[in-house]
Parts: sequence; structure tokens; C-alpha cells
Amino acid sequence: MVLIEGLIPQGVQMAAVLLLSPLLVGITRKMKARLLRRQGAPLLQPYRDILRLLRKTPVLAENASWLFRAAPYLILAFTWLAAALVPTFTTGLVFNRTADLIAIVALLASARFLLALAGMDIGTSFGGIGSSREMMISALAEPAMMMVVFTLALIAGSTQLSGIASYMASSAVGLRVSLGLALVALMIVALAENARIPVDNPATHLELTMVHEAMVLEYSGRHLAMIELAAAVKLLLYVSLIGCIFVPWGLAQAGGGWEAYALAGVFYLGKLAVAACLLALFETSIAKMRVFRVPDFLNVALMMGLLATLLLYVTGRF
Amino acid sequence: MSLAALLCCVALLLALSVVSAATSRLFNATIIIYGASCVVSLVLLWGGIGHLLTPAAAMTMVLPVGLPWTGAHFRLDALAAFFLVVVNLGGAAASFYALGYGRHEKEPHRVLPFYPAFIAAMNLVVLAADAFTFLLAWELMSLTSWALVMAHHREKENARAGYVYIVMASFGTFMLLLAFALLAGPHGLYVFSEMQKNPALSWRGALVLFLVLLGAGSKAGIYPLHVWLPLAHPAAPSHVSGLMSGVMTKVAVYGFIRIVFGLLGGGGENGGMAVLALGSVTAVMGVLYALMQHDLKKLLAYHTVENIGIIFIGLGLALVFKAGGHDAFAALAFTAALFHVFNHSLFKSLLFFGAGAVQTAAHERDMEHLGGLIRRMPQTAFVFLIGCAAISALPPFNGFASEWLTFQAIIQGPVPAHWGLKMLVPASGAMLALAAALAAACFVKVYGVVFLGRARTEQAKNAAETDRFSLSVMFILALLCLLAGIFPGFVINVLAPAVREMTGAHMPQHGAGLLLVPVSAARSSYSGLLVFVFIAVSAGLAALIARSFGGGAPRRAPAWDCGFPLDDPQTQYTAGSFAQPIRRVFVRSLFRASERVEMPPPGSPAPARLVQELHDVAWEEIYARISSRVLCLAERMDRFQFLSIRHYLVIVFLSLVLLLTVLALWF
Repeated sequence: MVLIEGLIPQGVQMAAVLLLSPLLVGITRKMKARLLRRQGAPLLQPYRDILRLLRKTPVLAENASWLFRAAPYLILAFTWLAAALVPTFTTGLVFNRTADLIAIVALLASARFLLALAGMDIGTSFGGIGSSREMMISALAEPAMMMVVFTLALIAGSTQLSGIASYMASSAVGLRVSLGLALVALMIVALAENARIPVDNPATHLELTMVHEAMVLEYSGRHLAMIELAAAVKLLLYVSLIGCIFVPWGLAQAGGGWEAYALAGVFYLGKLAVAACLLALFETSIAKMRVFRVPDFLNVALMMGLLATLLLYVTGRF
Repeated sequence: MSLAALLCCVALLLALSVVSAATSRLFNATIIIYGASCVVSLVLLWGGIGHLLTPAAAMTMVLPVGLPWTGAHFRLDALAAFFLVVVNLGGAAASFYALGYGRHEKEPHRVLPFYPAFIAAMNLVVLAADAFTFLLAWELMSLTSWALVMAHHREKENARAGYVYIVMASFGTFMLLLAFALLAGPHGLYVFSEMQKNPALSWRGALVLFLVLLGAGSKAGIYPLHVWLPLAHPAAPSHVSGLMSGVMTKVAVYGFIRIVFGLLGGGGENGGMAVLALGSVTAVMGVLYALMQHDLKKLLAYHTVENIGIIFIGLGLALVFKAGGHDAFAALAFTAALFHVFNHSLFKSLLFFGAGAVQTAAHERDMEHLGGLIRRMPQTAFVFLIGCAAISALPPFNGFASEWLTFQAIIQGPVPAHWGLKMLVPASGAMLALAAALAAACFVKVYGVVFLGRARTEQAKNAAETDRFSLSVMFILALLCLLAGIFPGFVINVLAPAVREMTGAHMPQHGAGLLLVPVSAARSSYSGLLVFVFIAVSAGLAALIARSFGGGAPRRAPAWDCGFPLDDPQTQYTAGSFAQPIRRVFVRSLFRASERVEMPPPGSPAPARLVQELHDVAWEEIYARISSRVLCLAERMDRFQFLSIRHYLVIVFLSLVLLLTVLALWF
């Protein structure tokens, strides 16, 4: 009985990350359009896109292998699992112990590994360019992310995300320089990992600038739907991650009861909306970088993460 | 199984070598020798597993061979048993693989006589319990593997590979000899148990650690002593490459552990720092070298360098924590290192076997001439993918479990008091993360260029699936990679006695529970099984649900490629172009890489060329200099060859006088 009671919020969270993620994309797009003084597509357009893609017959390139067909489902599964382990409205869910923050980063790495391979399967130069650049970006973003994890683990004494979130919500944290550095680093990593401006442009198909879109160029139908959904879930994951660590207010504690959960859910929706608006604002106010400027951008994140970790190691405080 | 029985098995392997020297030209020799090696390895494996699973006291044995006043000492404790498992699991797998692969060997008499002796020598190193036996077995291991490297000595590069290898191997053994001399002390105690009682202290201890790092490190492939490894490992036949990369480097790690942890009792904080720093540098440099490499087997050999770095990060942390008195964390770091030893032996063997299958199918090791093999060799492609995921530290496979433990040792361990360590420990974490991310990029390159895309040559287009022996052993290894990844708790329990022997503590026992808990569940936990089940179930469900929307069966059409599909497979991304961004970002200064466009003069119709240059700085700065010095010295010494008899007599007389003076002054 206890297990079932524990499973319900976990199930709600798993369903929520999958169902809410297109909405997050919708809000971002709408906001971006409004900031550019366009009307923009309706908020629910991403859902319609995914549904339409699901109904279409997928077209495969003649030499597509089994890997190309299996990859979208696996990518979605890895991303979904990672997102389901990040606290959204409450901490202390049953499956939280399945994987800590390091493992969550690694789950995303698995998804990226498969996506990069799928990009190379058909043997077109676009797929190759996308995969190659994606792996270059991730080779810089992942160490930066690990440094953020180190910082958080040193502060909270745990790499368990649920534990970190609870600790961050308590009054023991205070303002710390290292947390500020970690926040900036994490935001840069989030922009890079989600293929947002200034690292990549999710809206273009201009050959020389695209990374993510180049890899998925050959996908269509339900396969593309899976990949689009996975990308949306990943965006939601990073928003929840930044939310639960740096804006942990309104997060329900383990076994908080239905009222607390409902209230926390409302808070979470608010956080999503604010994050989407901030993302849109940031994206409209900055231009995309040249690909070979991206390493400099990501090195900033790496250095900030390293600095934060060193600060904690050396001083033990701050 | 008793130690005597294990030693009989080793003797059997040696005898097999002798027999095969006589019979290797016979018709069925290949099958008989590899079959017998496989069976004997399995028996030894069984012995090792038996000793690990039923915690028994260490067994010792003295044979009246070797040095007359000590004899040959052998000992089987938990650490030796663990490495016995690693050696013989790899040995059995390689022998079984060779049942199929060995048939393609054109000159089996160059491989067969040395192969069982090589496995026997590795077993002897692990079982030896005195310095003489250890060094003898170590040298036998070096020589037999050298002979195997030289099996195809007529191919270009192989002779050079063999030469570099034998020089480095002799250097390594010499360093170990000196280390043992220091450990034995003035009374010449060559038996390990006696050395253990009087550990070398202060500067002697530091010197021993330094010598062992040179000796065992050169065999394991620590940067910058790794130079022989990417030359020699690919030169050997693929099953031997798998053994050398997956197993022999682990025997070198065993040598390091046995001497530093066992005989020296830890190297102190500074020693631990040195090991940790070397491990971090090795991990990153190994993977960067691998990224720049387009020869499949060389690339895999460089990845061995990377993984040895990861293992040494674990060992360095264990030394640091042990010196600080944190035995529980030393045990955590040491467990992570041993776990990675086991894991690396599994997936590196698997990958080398896969590379061997590719080489026999397409007669090509250069990645730029392969491509599209997933369609010609679907089963090899499937297991190779698992190997790639495991070595790239992706969950739910085993490589991730051990790297995760290493990360936990870095993060959860107590903050060290030493200033240098406060900087080094987080830096090594960053290097480890960088190495893991770059390894994933490298294996996307490997898999994407070799197995995916379109065939770049006729040979790749006509490749056929490999034989059943090779496939079955690769499937078994892939399955073990998955099992060790989803039940890491079981492996850690088995490792516990070996860890306790070396660090004085061990990680908490993992019950039937699914969680891997390094320190306490509140601080971190990971469950490979739950991840695996969730991924399998949700991917399956997603596929079912996505199909239910009525999209129908997929339709095949020409590739889209933004509307301009190009038929020529040469328009694909190559290994070189895949690595180019990383090359620009990471290796420009480390490898003195340069890129320039050479334009033809105005009016000329010649094509413009992109010229890329890459330098192996370690080779040029260290080895090339040393060898030029040696040559220079040799030329000067040359003069002594052409003196007259008078001069020689004067030299003899003078040296006699000199020696007598020294003798007189000494006493």
C-alpha cells in the first residue's frame, strides 16, 4: 500500500514530464514570436505537430539500418527516464534512488550517442556534420556539467538530486559565490545541450549553422515525432533541473499529501512559464555564434564550474 | 581448487607450447592448440572464481626450482584470484575466438607455439610470490608477446613495432628489477612475505614507487611510456591484440598493485598524488590520441591507454585516502579501479575481436576505407555497438558503473588536507569527465565510420558476416558487459576480499537489493537494473504506441539530404572530417597540429589542397631525443673499434689501475 501511494506521485511526474514538454516548447515559440512582433503559432501547436507526425507514414532512406529505426524510441526512453528522475513538483519520489545526478547526465549522454549514430547511418554529409559538431559540443559541455555536479555535491553532501533539492530548499545554504558560478555554468550547458541560440538555432535549416537539425534531417513520420518529443523533454529536464536546484521554493517534500502536491504543481507550472519567457527573451536578444566560437562559450562554463569546485575544495565555504 | 592444481594447469599450457612448436605445421594444429588453451584457461578461471566466491585463506606453495636458496614461491590470495579470473576469462575468450579467427592465419607456426606460453606467463605473474619468479614470469610474458607481435614480421611497420616493444619491455623489467632490489633490502629478502614485513620507507619507498611506475607503468601504458602500445597491439593477430590490450595491461596493473599496495604498504600522500596526476593525464591524452587515429586497431590500443589512466585515477585516490587514514574511501576508490580492470578486460577484448572480424571480412583496418558494415555484418555490428557503449561509459553497461564509482570516490571522499591535493582531486574529476565525453565522441566516430553510412570501397561492400565461433564469444562478452552493468553489486561483493587485503577495508556488502550504494543511500545510489528495465519497457511501449496512430509500415525512398543526395560514397563524412572540430578545439597545441590551405598559383588549374600536420609530441620530445643521443654516443664509441693493439693494452692497463685504486679507497 505504501509502495502504491509512493508510485502514484512518481507516475504523475513521469506522465507530466512527457505531456508538459510540448507545452514548454509552445510557450517559448509563442513568446519569441510575440517579441518579434509576430502573432506566432498557437500554444498547442507542438502537440498538433507531434500528432500529425505520428499519423504520417515514415519514409526511410533506402539504406537505413535497424539502428536508424530503433534509435528514436531508445532516445526518447533515455531522455524520458532522465527527466522523470529530476524533481518537478516534489522531492523524495520512489524511483529517485535509481540514478543520481551523474547518472542522469550519463543517461542524456546515451541518448546523444544514439542520436549522433543515427545521424551517420544514412551516409549523407549533413548527418555527419551534425554528429561531428554535436559530439564536439558535448565533449565540452559534459565536463562543465560534471563540474556543476561536483559543486552541488560538495555543498549538499550528496549527488542525489532529490537530496540536493531538499537541501537547497532549506535555510542552511545561504548565498554562495560557488552557487552563482554553478548557475551560470549550468545555464550555458543547458543552452548548448538543448541546441538553443547562441549555440545552435532550433528554427533554421540553414546548412552551415545547424547541428541538431542536421542529424535528424533524414527522419520522418513517427520516428521524427519521437525525436521532437525527446528534444522537448530534454528542454523540460533542464528547466526542472535549474528550477529544483536554484529556485527550489514551492517544492513539496516527500509524503507531503495531496494538497501540498497540488500547490507545488501550480508552482511548477509557474516556473515553466517563467523559464520559457526568459529563454525566449534571451534568444531574441542574442545572435547565433559561429561554430568555432562555441568552444570559447562552453569553456566559460567549464572554467566557472571548475572555479566553483576549487573554491569549495580550498575554502570549504562560499 | 588447490594451488598445486592451478600450477599444473599452467605447466600444461607451457607443455602445450612445446608440443605446438613441434606440431604447429600439422593440419589440425590450430584447432587442437586453441581448443586445449581454451579448456585449460576455463579450468584456471574456475579455480579463480572458486577462490573468490568461497573466502578461504591464502594458499602458498614452494617449488624447488629457480634460485637455489629461495626456491620458487607461489601464493593464491584474493587479489591474485581476481586477476586470475581476469587473465583466464580473457584467455578463454581469445582462445575460443581464435578457433574461428585462427583459420585465416597464413603462418600458424609463427603464432601457435607462443600463444599458450603467453597465457601461462600471465598466470605465473599473478601467482608468483617471490621477486625472482615474478620477474622471470614477467619477462616470459614480454618475450612471448613480443614473438606474437612479430608473427607477421614481413608487414611494414611490424618490425619497428617489435623493436620499440622489446626496448620498452626490457626497460620496464629493468626498472622492476631495481625496485625489487630496493625492496629486498641489504639482506636480500626476495620472498614477498618477507619484503612485506620490512617495507621500504622514506626516500627508498618513494624511489620504489617511482621505479614501479616506470616498470609496471610502461607495460600498462601510462603516458608518456605508452608509445610501444599502439604500435605493438595492432601488429599482433587480433585475438592476441585483445589479450595484450585487455589482459596483459591488467597484469601490469596487478604488478603495480602487488608491489605498491602489497609490498610497500602504500606510497604516502605524495606518491598517491603522483599516481593520480599521471592517471588523469594518461586518460585525457590516450583518448585524444585515439581521436586523431584512423586505424581501427591502433585507435583501440590508444583507448587502452585512456582506460589505464582511469584505473590509475582510482588507484591514486586509493593511495591518497589510505595515506590520510580514510580506509573506507580507499576501499571505494580501489574497488572502482578493480571493477574497471574487470570491465575493461571484457569490452576491450570484445572490441578487438570485432575489429578482427572486420579485418578478416573487409581486409582493411583503415577506417577511411570501410563503412556500411552494419548491413553486411549485422550481428558483429550489434555486439560491437554494445562494446562501444560500454567503453564510452554509457548506462546501463558496465563501463559506466565503474566510472560512476570512480566519480563517487572523487566526490564523496573527504576533502584532503594537502594543498596540492585540494587542486588535484577536482582537476582529476574534470579530466575524467573530459576523457569520458571524448571517448563517447571517439566511439561515435568509430561506429559511424566503420559500420554506418555507405561502403567506401569494394572490399567493404562485399564483406561477409564472420564465423560462428567469433560471433558466439563476442555475444558472450557483450552479455557479460550488460550483466556486470546491471548487477554491479554482485561484482563488488566478489571483489570485497581482494579490496580488504590491499586497503584494510571494503565497501559495504550489497545484498540482493538492486541499488549500488558507495557510501550511504542518502548521498548517492545507482541501479543499473532499474535503468535497463525502464529503458527496455518504455522504448518498447513508445514503439507500440507510436505505431498505433496508423502511420503504417515505413516506406523506402532515396535519401533526402536536403534535396541534393550525392551518389558518391566519398561525399560522406570521414573519420578525419568527423574528428576535425575536436582536433581544432583540443589538440592544436598539445599535438602541434596545423592546418593550411595550399592554393595553386593564379591561373593554374591545379586543385587547392588542405594540408594537415600532426606531431606526436611525446615521441618527438622524449624518445626521438633519447635515440638521437644514443646514436650520437654510439658513433663516438665507434672510435674504440679501430684502435691499434697498443692502445687496447693501454686501456686495459689503465682500467685495471683505476679499479684497483677504487678498491683500495673503498676498503
